[in-house]
Amino acid sequence: MTLSEEIAEEAAGDDAGRTPPPSRARVVAGRFLSSWQGRAGALVLGLVFLLAFAGPSLSPWSHTDKDLTAFLSPPSATHWFGTLQTGADVFAVTLRGLGRSLVVGLLAAVVCTALAALAGAFAGYFLGWTDRVVTWVTDLMLVLPAFLLLAVMSPLFGSGQWPLFVLMLALLLWMVTAKMARGMTISLREREFVRAARYLGVPPARIVLSHILPNLSSLLVVDATLNVSAAILTETSLSYFGFGTQPPDVSLGTLISDGSRTAVYAPWTFWFAAGLLVVTVLAVNLVGDALRDAFDPAAKGPR
Amino acid sequence: MAGFLARKLVSSVVLVAVAASLAYLLAAASLDPRSNYAGRTPRPPAAVVDAQLTALNLNDRTPLLERYLTWAGGVLRGDLGRTVTGAPVGDDLKRRAGVTLRLVLLGLVCGSTLGVMAGALAAARQYGWFDRLSTAASFLLLAVPVVVLANVLILAGTWLNDQVFGARVLLVAGEATAGLEAGFWATLLDRVQHLVLPTVTITLGLAAVFSRYQRNMMLDVLGADYLRTAMAKGLTRRQALIRHGLRTALIPVATYFAFTFGALLTGAVFTEKIFGWHGLGERLISSIFTNDVNTVAAISCLAAVAVLAASLAAGLLQAALDPRVRAG
Repeated sequence: MTLSEEIAEEAAGDDAGRTPPPSRARVVAGRFLSSWQGRAGALVLGLVFLLAFAGPSLSPWSHTDKDLTAFLSPPSATHWFGTLQTGADVFAVTLRGLGRSLVVGLLAAVVCTALAALAGAFAGYFLGWTDRVVTWVTDLMLVLPAFLLLAVMSPLFGSGQWPLFVLMLALLLWMVTAKMARGMTISLREREFVRAARYLGVPPARIVLSHILPNLSSLLVVDATLNVSAAILTETSLSYFGFGTQPPDVSLGTLISDGSRTAVYAPWTFWFAAGLLVVTVLAVNLVGDALRDAFDPAAKGPR
Repeated sequence: MAGFLARKLVSSVVLVAVAASLAYLLAAASLDPRSNYAGRTPRPPAAVVDAQLTALNLNDRTPLLERYLTWAGGVLRGDLGRTVTGAPVGDDLKRRAGVTLRLVLLGLVCGSTLGVMAGALAAARQYGWFDRLSTAASFLLLAVPVVVLANVLILAGTWLNDQVFGARVLLVAGEATAGLEAGFWATLLDRVQHLVLPTVTITLGLAAVFSRYQRNMMLDVLGADYLRTAMAKGLTRRQALIRHGLRTALIPVATYFAFTFGALLTGAVFTEKIFGWHGLGERLISSIFTNDVNTVAAISCLAAVAVLAASLAAGLLQAALDPRVRAG
């Protein structure tokens, strides 16, 4: 708010207030793209997405194909990334796993941030009993080992049940964001525009949804980005131990797990999946960092 | 202060109790110890299996609430129940806690020291070559999950053994060589050889977090008035930074240290499992696979206690180090 007003004043000084002030979104986008982290992160992330969703059509092999004439063969013209012990094409399987990891990570981050925003905003706005209950539940979830909950429930994530897995992942990542959203809401609820809405008789639920939440958007966008990388990392680690994505489906975690056993004499089974994972998470983190700087030029460094 | 502490303590105890109960109920409802007997040949008669499961308080034909009450009663008396093979859970966990503690303490001390030093150095020369290098390194390390880092280190270790040392210097599996009978020094050397790679795994990940944290804290402190005053009274920049800057910037890091320690007690799951260390984290995974309800519940209870104790310790540490907290 204040920022666009400042810029509006500057613009008014230049040509007597005829041009409208640039919107906040444009200011943020401009700042985001002027930092090298933002540009590099966005570019790499775009390439990773392109690779994951357009890449499979380039290769003659699909992720379910088994080439029974080539077991564990090194990268060649027919198999660009080589093959696994089963004869599966590493390129096709890795891209499939990458796509699954990206989808799971993105969805989990969106669900988790939405949940955190609602819980935090309602707790911070209503205070009293709502606040006490929400805070208590957040603390409880922070204390329970998240890994254990997911692992114990893993038999439920059989084939085709990955949306449930996404939901559980989101349920275990929302707490810290919710605490931050609550803190910001408590200071927002005493601001003039919220009071004005209250005295005009706007119902409390609508105040939260249309006056509080939009003002949390910068925090939420940045946190959603960082939650994407957290979700991807959690998904990979769980799948590595067989608690996440279940076969016959593949994710980067299951591929890294299988690849690490053959990595010594067949490096292509491990390094492509591991490398793509690191590059993806790095790009997401860079985007998140650049976004935070773009929203709030005074902030510096991660968290 | 005392009233605040007492209230905090009571709510912590309630949280631990609820968390442990939830973990037990969840584990008891979804794990199936009966299936452990299904694959045996000759197949034991149903009555025998039932009697065995009942003796271990794992029988799924007993109502869940009844099993829970039996378990909770035992825990209140200090009895954590028995594993699926009939051994007391407590004894096993005591031994494993020692293993985990050795790994986590060493990794945490190395990681935080390295991270704090790197962060402080980077902040002292902001945007210098070391700042850029350490920032890039920590960004890279934060993007590498433990499962990848551990495997890469194992690969690097085997490569070093083959190509550089020409002997098995870095050992990648287990915490000690089985059946090794040697003198004190040889045993110690063997332990250290096993300890190097897992410790490096934990150290690198923590150092990345700590260095970012310390750098930001240090940058906040650098602009403070008292640092200018210290230099005005005649200290060099280096003296002022070490005596006044680093000490102040260490306060939040110290509380973070306490908090990480609690979280790591079970957070070393991946490192332990990959390097074959028989610690608490490894037991957590294997107990889920063997449907060992009582062990799962005991470890979650332990994890909850560790996290809450650590957050309490972090709060106390902050109050002890920062006069502003005590005054406010």
